[in-house]
Amino acid sequence: MFDVKVLGGGCSNCKTTVKLVEDVAKELGIEIQLEKVEDIVDIMTYDVMSTPGVVMNGEVVHRGSVPSRSQVEGWFGGKLEL
Amino acid sequence: MKANNKVLIPLLLALPVWVGLYASLQPLANFLVSLFPVDRHSHGGEALFFFLYDAPKVLLLLTAVVFVMGIINTWFTPERTRALLAGRSLGLANILAASLGVVTPFCSCSAVPLFIGFVQAGVPLGVTFSFLIAAPMVNEIALTLLFGLFGWKVALLYLGLGLSVAIFGGLVLGKLGVEKYLEPWVQKIPQKQISFESSTSTFQQRLESGTQSVRDVVGKVWPYILLGIGVGAFIHGFVPENFMASFMGKDAWWSVPLAVIIGVPMYSSAAGIIPVVQALLAKGAALGTSLAFMMSVVALSLPELIILRRVLTVKLISLFVSIVASGILLVGFIFNLLL
Repeated sequence: MFDVKVLGGGCSNCKTTVKLVEDVAKELGIEIQLEKVEDIVDIMTYDVMSTPGVVMNGEVVHRGSVPSRSQVEGWFGGKLEL
Repeated sequence: MKANNKVLIPLLLALPVWVGLYASLQPLANFLVSLFPVDRHSHGGEALFFFLYDAPKVLLLLTAVVFVMGIINTWFTPERTRALLAGRSLGLANILAASLGVVTPFCSCSAVPLFIGFVQAGVPLGVTFSFLIAAPMVNEIALTLLFGLFGWKVALLYLGLGLSVAIFGGLVLGKLGVEKYLEPWVQKIPQKQISFESSTSTFQQRLESGTQSVRDVVGKVWPYILLGIGVGAFIHGFVPENFMASFMGKDAWWSVPLAVIIGVPMYSSAAGIIPVVQALLAKGAALGTSLAFMMSVVALSLPELIILRRVLTVKLISLFVSIVASGILLVGFIFNLLL
C-alpha cells in the first residue's frame, strides 16, 4: 500500500501528474491511497517551491514538473514500500 | 553506456540537420512562396514570405536555446537559488536575484509556493521581488525571439534593461519596508533554517532534461509563435509604411504611457507578442515605445497578479505594479530620447 500525495493547486501539470500516478498504479496492480494537496499552507509543510510535487510515503520524491512514466514506475518498484 | 547512447546519438544526428535547415531558411522560404499563386512582391507575397521565413527560423532557434537552457536549468533549481539568496541583505543580492531569475526555471503557477519558500528561508522581501520581476520578464523565450527577429543588439538591450527594472524595482520595494502589507498569514510564517543538498545529476540526466524542456516548452508555445508571426506577417504585408509613426512614433510622447497602460492587463507569452511588435516597429513605431509595450505585456499579467493576491494585499500588489510599470515607462522614454 502506497501513500501518494500530489502537491499543487489546480495547475494543468498537477492534474496530468495525478492522472499519470493513477494510471501507472493501476497498470502495475498496486494499491495506492492518492491525495491531492492543493492548499498552499499544506504544500509548504513539504517545503516544495515548484509544483507539481510528489510525496511517496511521506518523502518528497519529485518537484517542479510532470514526472516521466519510468520515474513513477521506479517509485512503485523501489524500496519505499511500507 | 547503452542508455547514454540512446540520448546522445539522436542528438548528434540532430545537429547537422538543424544547421542545414537554418542555413537554407531563405531559399526554402522563397521556394515555398513560389508554390503559391501570388506575386512575391505583392502584399500577399510579402506577408507569406515573412511568415514562411520567420516562423521556421524562430522555431529552430527556440528549439536549440530551450534545449541548452534545459541543461543549464539542472544546475539552478529553485532550492539552490533560495539557498544562494537566503540571509543576504538588500543591494548586491538584488543583482544576484534578478540574474538568477533568468536561469532558474519559473512558472507563474508556482509563484506562490516559491514566494513563501523564499520568505521562510529569510530571503529579504526586496530581493524576492527582484527575482519575481525578472523571472517572467527576462527569459530564454523572450531573448531568443528578440535575437531572431531584431538581432543581438536589441536582445542584449532587453536583457540589460529588464534586469535593471527588476533590480531597482526590488530595491525600491525593499526600502519601502512593505513587510506589513503581506497577507497576515504570510507574516506569521515562522522562519526556518533551510538545508540544501545539491543533488548531483549525471550528464545523461541533464541531456534528458534538455530534451524534456524542448518537448514541454516548444510543445506549448509553438501555436502562440505561429499566431504571433501570422499577425505580424499580416501587418508586414498589408499595413502601409509609417502607419504606426503617428501614434507609436517618437514624437508622440504620450504613446509610451499608453503602451504600458494597454500592456499591463494584456497577457501573452513573449512568444506571441514579440513578432507583432517587430512588425509594428517596421511600420514606424519607436523602439522605446515598442520595448515598453512588450515588457509590460510580458512582465505584468493579470493572471499572475491574481495568483500573487494570495500572499500580497491589494495595496502591495498596486505598489508592485506601479513600481514595475514606472521602471518600464522610464525604459521607454530613455530609449526614445537616445535613439
